[in-house]
Amino acid sequence: MTEASPAVESPTAGRALRAHPPEVSAARARRWGAFYYAEQVLRVMKGYGWSIFLYSVGQPAAYLFAMGVGLATLVDTNAVSAFGGVSYIAFIAPALLVSAAVMTAATEFTFPVMDGFKWRRVYYGPHASPLTPEQIAAGQIIAVTLRFLLQSVIYFVIVALFGASPSGWGWGSVLAATLAGLSFGLPLMAYAASIKEDKGQFAMVMRFIVMPLFLFSGTFFPLDTLPVLVRWIGWISPIWHGTELGRVMTFGYEESPVLTIIHVVFLLALAWFGWVLTKRQFVRRMGQ
Amino acid sequence: MPELHSAEGTSKKPVSAHETGPEKHKEPAAPQYVITAENLTKTYGDVIAVDGISFSVPAGESFGLLGPNGAGKSTTMKMIGGVSQRTSGNLTIMGLDPEQNGPEVRAHLGVVPQQDNLDEELKVRDNLLVYGRYFGLPMSYLKPKADELLEFAQLTDKAKAKVDALSGGMKRRLTIARSLINEPRILLLDEPTTGLDPQARHILWDRLFRLKEQGVTLILTTHYMDEAEQLCDRLIVVDKGRIMAEGSPAALIRDYSTREVLELRFGSERNASIGAELEGIGERLETLPDRVLIYTHDGEAALEEVSARGLRPLTSLVRRSSLEDVFLRLTGRSLVD
Repeated sequence: MTEASPAVESPTAGRALRAHPPEVSAARARRWGAFYYAEQVLRVMKGYGWSIFLYSVGQPAAYLFAMGVGLATLVDTNAVSAFGGVSYIAFIAPALLVSAAVMTAATEFTFPVMDGFKWRRVYYGPHASPLTPEQIAAGQIIAVTLRFLLQSVIYFVIVALFGASPSGWGWGSVLAATLAGLSFGLPLMAYAASIKEDKGQFAMVMRFIVMPLFLFSGTFFPLDTLPVLVRWIGWISPIWHGTELGRVMTFGYEESPVLTIIHVVFLLALAWFGWVLTKRQFVRRMGQ
Repeated sequence: MPELHSAEGTSKKPVSAHETGPEKHKEPAAPQYVITAENLTKTYGDVIAVDGISFSVPAGESFGLLGPNGAGKSTTMKMIGGVSQRTSGNLTIMGLDPEQNGPEVRAHLGVVPQQDNLDEELKVRDNLLVYGRYFGLPMSYLKPKADELLEFAQLTDKAKAKVDALSGGMKRRLTIARSLINEPRILLLDEPTTGLDPQARHILWDRLFRLKEQGVTLILTTHYMDEAEQLCDRLIVVDKGRIMAEGSPAALIRDYSTREVLELRFGSERNASIGAELEGIGERLETLPDRVLIYTHDGEAALEEVSARGLRPLTSLVRRSSLEDVFLRLTGRSLVD
């Protein structure tokens, strides 16, 4: 078992610099491969880190300021009871937090996936290394999840500064937003991984899925104020489930505990379903 | 522990490519195969991309797959690289089945794909660092190694540049540098110089030749016969997924062609009809749309004979036989269509 290989020398023979054996590479990749790829995605994100930061700070500040000095003044003097007994700002803050995560998901789980498979084929570099297609997909998801968390934390701090998170459990809305982002993003990632040619599908997703969900998910007013005919949009929307969950945490929104559990289960189930599909697409597409 | 197959194909000798020891000089007669393929087949629906090919590659050899576009070279490389599943047949890399042990097989390899897939948003040096992380290599190794490889690829002064600012040749060299970050014992190069200008090609050949001198096993696909002649110890000529011939470049030329070739151009309308008048000159005649090739051991003598028959070609050229001629002989087609 220990016979030597033919007389070959390493390109760095005679130097102290030596890579560890391939067996070690394979074992480490099998264990940590997803995190290795996440590191790559985070390095790329660092390149547009300022955009992420400005988006994370600028958007909530602009929304909360506009709503706070404008619409909220009007709403709060007329119909506080219609918004769970809290200020209008407190009512919409969790919804904005969740919507921001979902909109980030709509960006991070679409164009970069197309870039990986088609435009610059960046997935095929790590695919030639010990990493597996599942790990590449998982690595991207880990990195985007970290972005959700970072962005949501910044968002939440600004919300708190506006006094729009009266409950001590308000920080939980960060997790609700992250979960909503994954729940919307992972099925979308699976879809993006199935696209061979870009024919404007992602613009259609933004226009005909993300925007309607944003508008009809109880974001700016309670879902039950909508006609029954369109209320189902909220029921199937990760934004609504995430928002309701966020509201329970930020100001103790009163709803049945069963409904709260349904929100969590729905979001987890959709994220899991998206992960299974994504994994299958990555393996299928990279194994051809 | 990976195993290498002995030349006899009967005993298996387990060896890690990274292991070296005093016994390595004791058995020069039995080359140990780092790659063995038996009846390797790959189909896409009804299309047979690779049609039951068999070959073995001993450690340290520079092995080429020569063939036109669509011959099945890249598909074969993907199967060797453990990123494409075979339809049937057997394949082992370092004694391991790439489908069962994908990460283990790929940990042994360096891969230069046909199409660059560098991280264009990262800087040149960061591309090497990030890629090394996929092999679980620590930064204490990667940082000096990246600098060493940048020097090897003549890209030291571009270390902090963005990849999209590099020329095609520089990107190719960076891709090769990236493939060496884990010190692979087997390097897969799929059309490494396609699209490069002559100067960039020569720099790349020089770098690949150095790796060969260092004992790295090179597996190379190309449709450039000069590249195959420069770099390959041995090659297989592939067409329509099948092996048409196998051997060293010199042996293939010797077996399938003559020492010299006389190329004559009579104009596109006359080339086809002139054959009968050239009958008997040289050993073999090949009529192509743009020229007539006369295969002979003495090109100058053949040209004199052409003149003696009163034939006046527009241009004439006596050259040594090449792998292009071998391919033409075997398939009736040119390599680069």
